Order: sequence, then structure tokens, then C-alpha cells
Amino acid sequence: MRFNDAVLGAVFLALSIAVLVTIQAFPKIPGQSIGPGAFPGLIAVILAGCSLALIWRGFRNKTPLVAMGAWLSSPRHVQNFLIAVGGLVFYVVAADSLGFLPCGAIILAALFLTLRVRPALAIPLALVLPVVIHLIFYKLLRVPLPWGVLPVLW
Amino acid sequence: MVAAYAQAFALVFDPYVLTVIFCSALFGLFVGCVPGLTATMATALLVPITFFMPPVPAIAAIVTATAMAIFSGDIPGALLRIPGTPASAAYTDEAYAMTKKGQAEVALGAGLVFSAIGGLFGTAVMITSAPALAEIALKFSDYEYFWMVVLGLAGAVFIGNASILKASMSLLLGLLVACIGLDNPAGYPRFDMGITELKGGVSLIPMMVGMFAVSEILRFVVHMEPPLKLATEKIGNVFKGMWGLLVKYPWPLVRGSALGTVIGIQPGSGADMAAWMSYAMAKKFSKEPEKFGTGHVEGIVEAGAANNSALAGAWIPALVFGIPGDSITAIAIGVLYLKGLNPGPTLFINNPQNIYAIFLVFILANLIMLPLGWLTIKAAKNVLRLPRNILMPTILLFCIVGSFAINNTVFGVLLTLVFGVLAFVLEENGFPVAPAILGVVLGQMMEENFIKSMIKSDGDVTAFVTRPIAGFLAVSTFIILFWPVGAWLWRRYFSRRNMPITG
Repeated sequence: MRFNDAVLGAVFLALSIAVLVTIQAFPKIPGQSIGPGAFPGLIAVILAGCSLALIWRGFRNKTPLVAMGAWLSSPRHVQNFLIAVGGLVFYVVAADSLGFLPCGAIILAALFLTLRVRPALAIPLALVLPVVIHLIFYKLLRVPLPWGVLPVLW
Repeated sequence: MVAAYAQAFALVFDPYVLTVIFCSALFGLFVGCVPGLTATMATALLVPITFFMPPVPAIAAIVTATAMAIFSGDIPGALLRIPGTPASAAYTDEAYAMTKKGQAEVALGAGLVFSAIGGLFGTAVMITSAPALAEIALKFSDYEYFWMVVLGLAGAVFIGNASILKASMSLLLGLLVACIGLDNPAGYPRFDMGITELKGGVSLIPMMVGMFAVSEILRFVVHMEPPLKLATEKIGNVFKGMWGLLVKYPWPLVRGSALGTVIGIQPGSGADMAAWMSYAMAKKFSKEPEKFGTGHVEGIVEAGAANNSALAGAWIPALVFGIPGDSITAIAIGVLYLKGLNPGPTLFINNPQNIYAIFLVFILANLIMLPLGWLTIKAAKNVLRLPRNILMPTILLFCIVGSFAINNTVFGVLLTLVFGVLAFVLEENGFPVAPAILGVVLGQMMEENFIKSMIKSDGDVTAFVTRPIAGFLAVSTFIILFWPVGAWLWRRYFSRRNMPITG
């Protein structure tokens, strides 16, 4: 998905303005010219300058505002993308209550199936791989991965 | 020094460390061999695991895995015409053409043997120059460090294929990300958006896992290319004829290794840039430039040596100044800080055994590359047949666990997600990601030295250039900064004058 440079420039410009507005509220250090806002302020001003240059370039290039990449017109690839991103979102939302093993299995199964792995292979793998990863990180490296709905098994 | 080297030997030749080196070598060879998994991604995936190791094995794992991955990226280049890592892209067509001519073993053998030699060359430069540079670095004050960081960042922006404007913006974005949190000279919580986890700043590891691993996975799931096809099943003895090549092409080898080391030292440009530049150089100085592109081994000798020597070169500024030479060392510096081994000249004085241990690991890694690389080439057929639609989701699950493991909160996973999508969108739109990482890693150092210098000089900007080394560094920085502008004006001026008058 390629945006016109002007669109991207506008996003960066908005970011730099947001930074400049935020630092106004930062405290000043008495007796000194520079406080916590000085450095981010400097960066934001340079970034704003670059953004304006990019906007100018975008207007000159006259490319469409958004050029859909080839994959965006293929429903299958859009679905792949959404499931990959959705899998991470799902983990962030559900991991603590549902636990690592069920979450991992669901994410893997969904991704395997959308990437056209044979179901006969995808489902067993989706069940076994989270257990393997869990054993490595939970037992060997002692990362307290959440158990969630399952009792503590090992 | 002898005592420190003895200590370093004891640190490296320890069963645990050797096992780590062996395993990460296999890991690196595997990652490099699978198209779509880069050496940087190998590092990003390793970091959560190295988090649980003592410093020497942690660094050994990164050094070994990346050296192996850069070599083994040549394998799919020769067999599938797809570079396994970007560092092999420069000569992928050449290697593939050789495979088509039935010389797969020569292409792969040259890749393997000259990678190892290039890596050893870069290591030798590192061993001889780093301690000497550290002596100089000891004399540095805040002003010099400020310029070193600016110089490094300028290099990151200006040496690369991407648009300079976009590279600068990527860098500035990284610097802004570095501003988040309490870790600033004033100790004031900035831009935390009311999120407690952000008070300590953006954790480096989840961010890197996102930018280098999750973004690659996203790129894979939307890729439209047809399935890969092996060009040949038959690979002969890869070591056959290598001595002949060594005798025939000593200069390309030395040139490639030297150029690679220099490119590696230059912050922001790593193995891939080194390979492109030395391939071009090999063609320029070759007696038979017309053969390039038709399956001629000379360019592979030079560029294959260059990309591995760049890897070692990149560690020189990383260890001496704490300024990463490429995105891999940017991650490694993050690991060094986590381990309490803050890179910089004092590391050479207080903990020389650790530095020497890193040197030894480099030598060891480039030596075991020969037998293990040989095995990987033997097994390449099977590795390349591994279904990537099973591999990529599994890596995604590793990313989740890895980003969770650093602080044991799902917030790490959220960071990984945000930065993964961000890197994906940025790269789709021609913004390089490496400058952003350098910005994040160096932002804090840059701000600290900037603020301290400003306070010391009482707001007087001229103090930044009056000390001799600082002045020299400032001039170098401005030359790099204004070089492209000057070159552009020059070209514009001359093309105007010489332009034929039409209409």
C-alpha cells in the first residue's frame, strides 16, 4: 500500500506538531535555558521541516493519494494480513485470561489454515508447537507464560 | 594483556559457551538459508533468549549466528535466485547463472571459503584497531561524543539506497521514540501517554522483534510470488578448486575484505551495502568485466568476502564508542547495555577479557563456518523444501513469547505489534527501517551529550567546535551532510550548461 508522499508528510507533520504542543507543558528548569523539552523540540522542528519537503514533493509527483499494492486487491492476501495482525491483537487481549497454550494454538491454527497448510497437518502442529515453545520458555528459561484457563500442568 | 587473553580463553572455551556457539551457528545457517529470514531477524529472535545468558555467551550467540547467516544467504541465491539475506542480493544473479552453467559447487564454495576469509580479515582489523581507537576515545568529552553520534547518524542516512529525505525522517522518528519515558537528563516522564509501562521508555527488544521479525512475517503473508523452484539438485565438492581461485584472485579478495571492513565501520551501512559496492568495484577493476553477470566467479569472491568482513567492521565503532555500525550491532549494543557491559573505551580498560573474548568468538565463528557451512550446503535441498507457510506462523509465536519474556507483560507483545506494523508500512512506502533503529539506540546518548555540553558551555554553541577533535568531527559531519546537496547543485549546474537547447 503506497501512499502519496504528501499524505505521509502530513502524518509526520501532525506528529511533529503534537510533540511541539506536548512539550509546552513540560516544566522549565530554573536558571537554565534547556529543560526536558529542548531535545524533542529540536527533533520535532527538523522533522516538521522534512515533512514539509515531503509534502511538496508529493504534490509535484502527482501520484494517486493511495496506490493499492497488488496484495490489497487479492482477498486471500488481505485475509492473511488481517489474521497475522489479528493474531497478535488477540494475544494481547486474551493471553492473561485464556492462557498461552490455547491462545498459541488458536493463532497458529488460524494462520496455518489461511496460508493453505493441509488441515490434517495444520491442526496437530497447532496443538503441539505451542506446547514445545511453552516447555522451552517456561521450563528452560523460566518465563512465566500465563496458564489462563488451564491448571498449572508442569 | 596476556592475563586478560588467558581469561578470555577460559571464558570462550567453556563447554556452555561452546554449546551456545554451536547451536547459534546452526540457527544462523538455517535462518540465512531460508529466503525471507534475514541476519537481522536472526539477531532479533535470538535476543530474547540471550537475555537469560551471561554476557559472553550472549554476545557469542549473536556474533556466530549473524556471521553464519550472512554466508548461508548465498545458498538460496545460487539455487533459487532468491537471496537468503539482503547481503547476498548483490551477486545472486551471478551465482544463479553459475548454477545454470552447472557450477553450483564453485559458486557456493567461493561464497563459503571467501566469506570465512573476509570475516577473518575484518576480525584482524578489529583486533588491531579497536584497542588503539579506545585509547583515543578515552580523551573524548561530551562535545566529541555528541559529534560522534551525529556523524554516525548522518552516515546512517546518507549511505544507502533509500531517499535521503525519507531516511532522515525515519531517523528522526527513531530519535523521538528514544525520548519517550523517564530516562532523560531532567528525569521528567515524557510522552508516556499515561501508560505506566512507557514510563521506563520503549523496551528495545520488543521493538526490534517487531521491526525486524514481525514486519518480515507480514511481508511474507502478503507476498504474491509463485512457489520456489530449485535450479539444481546436484552439488559437487564445494572445496574443489578453491585454492586455484585464491591464487587467481588475491587482489579482489583483499580489496573486498578491506572495503567491506571500512563500510562496516561506517555507521548505518552494513553487509548488504558492502556487497553491492565491492561487486561494482570487482567489475570495474576486473580484467574481464564483460564476463560479469554471465556466471563469473570473480565478483562472488570479492563481494562474498566483503559482506562478512563488514560484519566484523561494524563491531569496531560499536565496542569502542557504543555507536552501532549496522542494525545488527544496534541490537547487540542494546544487549550489551542490558548485561551491564556498557560499550565504550572504559570497557577496554575495566573488562578487557570480555572484549578479547568477543575477538576470539569472531575467529572461532569464521573457522567453524567452513565445516558447518559445508554441511548446510549438503542439506540445502531439504532446508529449502521446508514449507515456509509452517515456518512463518511458528516464528510469529516465537516473537510473541520473546517480546513477552523481557518484562513478563503483554505490553511487550503490544509494542511488537505496533512496531511490526509500523515498520511494514514504512518499508512499503520507501522509508528504510535501519536509521530508525539507530535513532532509538543512539537517541539517549545524543541527548545526554547535547544537554551536558550545552550546560557546560552555558548555552554557547561555539564550544561544540573549538576543541580540536570536536572541530575535526564537526567538519567531517558537515561534509557528509552537505555532500549530497553540493553534488546535486553541481550536477544541476553542469547539466543546465551542457543541456542541448531544444524547443
